[in-house]
Amino acid sequence: MRRLFRRLAVTAAAFCAMQAMAADTPPVPDTLVQRIAACTSCHGEHGEGGSNGFNPRLAGKPAGYLHRQMQDFQRGLRHYPIMEYTVGPLTDDYMREIAEYFSAQEVPYTLHDAPVMSPAATARGEQLVTKGDPARGIPACMACHGPNLTGVQPDIPGLVGLPYDYISAQLGSWRTNTRNTVAPDCMKTIVGRLSDADISAVSAWLAQRPVPADAHAEPAGSVSPPLRCGVLGGGT
Amino acid sequence: MKTLPRLFAALLLLCTAWTASADDLVARGRYLTLAGDCDSCHTARNGRSFAGGHIVATPFGAIPAPNLTPDRDTGLGGWTAEDFYHAMHSGKGHDGTSLYPAFPFTSYTKVTRADTDAIFAYLKTLPPVKLANTEASLRWPYSMRSLMASWRLLYFDEAEYQPNPKQSAAWNRGAYLVQGLGHCNECHAPRNTFGAAVTEPFLAGGLVPVQNWYAPDLSMGPNGGLSGWSEGDLVALLKTGRSNKGTAFGPMADVVIRSTQHLDDGDLAAMATYLKSLPERAPPRQRESAADAADLAKTGQKVYADQCAACHAADGRGKGTAYPPLDGNSSVVEPTGINAIRIVLSGGFAPATAGNPRPYSMPPFSQTLSDDDAAAVVTYIRQAWSNKAASVSPNDVRAYRSIPGG
Repeated sequence: MRRLFRRLAVTAAAFCAMQAMAADTPPVPDTLVQRIAACTSCHGEHGEGGSNGFNPRLAGKPAGYLHRQMQDFQRGLRHYPIMEYTVGPLTDDYMREIAEYFSAQEVPYTLHDAPVMSPAATARGEQLVTKGDPARGIPACMACHGPNLTGVQPDIPGLVGLPYDYISAQLGSWRTNTRNTVAPDCMKTIVGRLSDADISAVSAWLAQRPVPADAHAEPAGSVSPPLRCGVLGGGT
Repeated sequence: MKTLPRLFAALLLLCTAWTASADDLVARGRYLTLAGDCDSCHTARNGRSFAGGHIVATPFGAIPAPNLTPDRDTGLGGWTAEDFYHAMHSGKGHDGTSLYPAFPFTSYTKVTRADTDAIFAYLKTLPPVKLANTEASLRWPYSMRSLMASWRLLYFDEAEYQPNPKQSAAWNRGAYLVQGLGHCNECHAPRNTFGAAVTEPFLAGGLVPVQNWYAPDLSMGPNGGLSGWSEGDLVALLKTGRSNKGTAFGPMADVVIRSTQHLDDGDLAAMATYLKSLPERAPPRQRESAADAADLAKTGQKVYADQCAACHAADGRGKGTAYPPLDGNSSVVEPTGINAIRIVLSGGFAPATAGNPRPYSMPPFSQTLSDDDAAAVVTYIRQAWSNKAASVSPNDVRAYRSIPGG
């Protein structure tokens, strides 16, 4: 009987020692978050966006939009070296899973500093966002991105809670041909009609826009885009 | 009068058999294009398969890969199987011009006529795409194609693979694939001033020109780049992009995605059998470490503990197939230090493959580590544990800061 106890005790001690050793090297968590450290190190674990005023928020953006951006980086339509490099070796299924993860995240928005604008520039920014400039064929941002600028499922991104540097860089990149997508690229058409001053005005106005209490994207089909857009299935 | 239906039945049978063997030929041809990774050069990014347009950048200028679809005017529509064999085997175009060795005919010359015929039969089944080839834009004097005659004389041995009767069938199959269609030595070897890959020693590792990734030595003996690897590890890397010993990244990730993951297990095992037999290497000659290498490594140890050890472990042994070991990893200790610098700066995913569809990844540190800290941590991992490679400097890091992937 005593021998049995002794054996039991030794076994228990060995078991505990093994547990302690296992604790030294915890197994790699089998989770998507663990797998996508390359994404979250810049965009945040929940896609809340980087603190550097550039890396954009991904949380809550429609999954179709996020997936499309990864595809565009992969195909060389949208250019940003580290993103092209990072999504390069991924399959379409994996990109969709990652897009759905970030799309489903609910985290509070942070407002970023934006440059101080003259009253005239502020008025111009507000005009472009809310009413557009029909004389120059520029539709209002709200016409597609929703009345609260929170985006529309499944393909139109929200424009609130983004840093000034990011928004103005994107508008600029349509102009410099470093951001493209499937034809017809309606954003490219619109940006072609904006002046440099318009780009600054609209970016600053959007960056300063308070985030509405309900920042979820509007349901699918709730807007009727004034232009034909390839990304919305209106391809040639 | 019975003969007519009989003749008809016989003809029908013959036709069916002929179609079946033609299907087999096309299927085999398709498989061989995967083994040759043809589409990675002959398909432009976001372009139609095999329609060309991808620019192969070389130190001598840009060489566009041509259209291989059967379009009569711009593709291989006017080519015969004989022409195609001539291109693969002799490096000569349809009209007899010498092709530039950006097209690895130096390796493809080993491919048998039966295999080039199968590849050609497959290419003939592709939908024809009208896309004219653009001219190469090589610097003078390389723009003079006539120079290729001398180049061929110096660096090109035209010869199909000859099986070695002393070796097994698997070894011969592996050697045929590695030396021929796999064209592994086009990257895993240094290149001389005239762009010719060194073949003696074979597969001893080298810097890939323009892309600037170091393709390591592929021998598996004591001083080899794959020292400590089993044949199973190698097959796992080629099949899934990851193994217990290392992960494919940079240009090799692309090779795994487009080519090796599609090869059957027998062929991958054969390639490993052949690589296992590569001769043992002399100990590598390393650059001298900088005078302040010890200080750098000391700083690097702290950076490693804070940023790297959670995944790669304090003892550098990594964690399973998710996070590769750094101790004894040829991409950490390769002579240039470029691979480690670029991976620290850019991080990235292991290739997503059928065998590893949801790979783990490493964060890019370009936004969080200074040139000094990145140089320190790379120096540390190159000199920690059993690693004995030269230090790298903050200047080395600076050179790669703005070019992820390359």
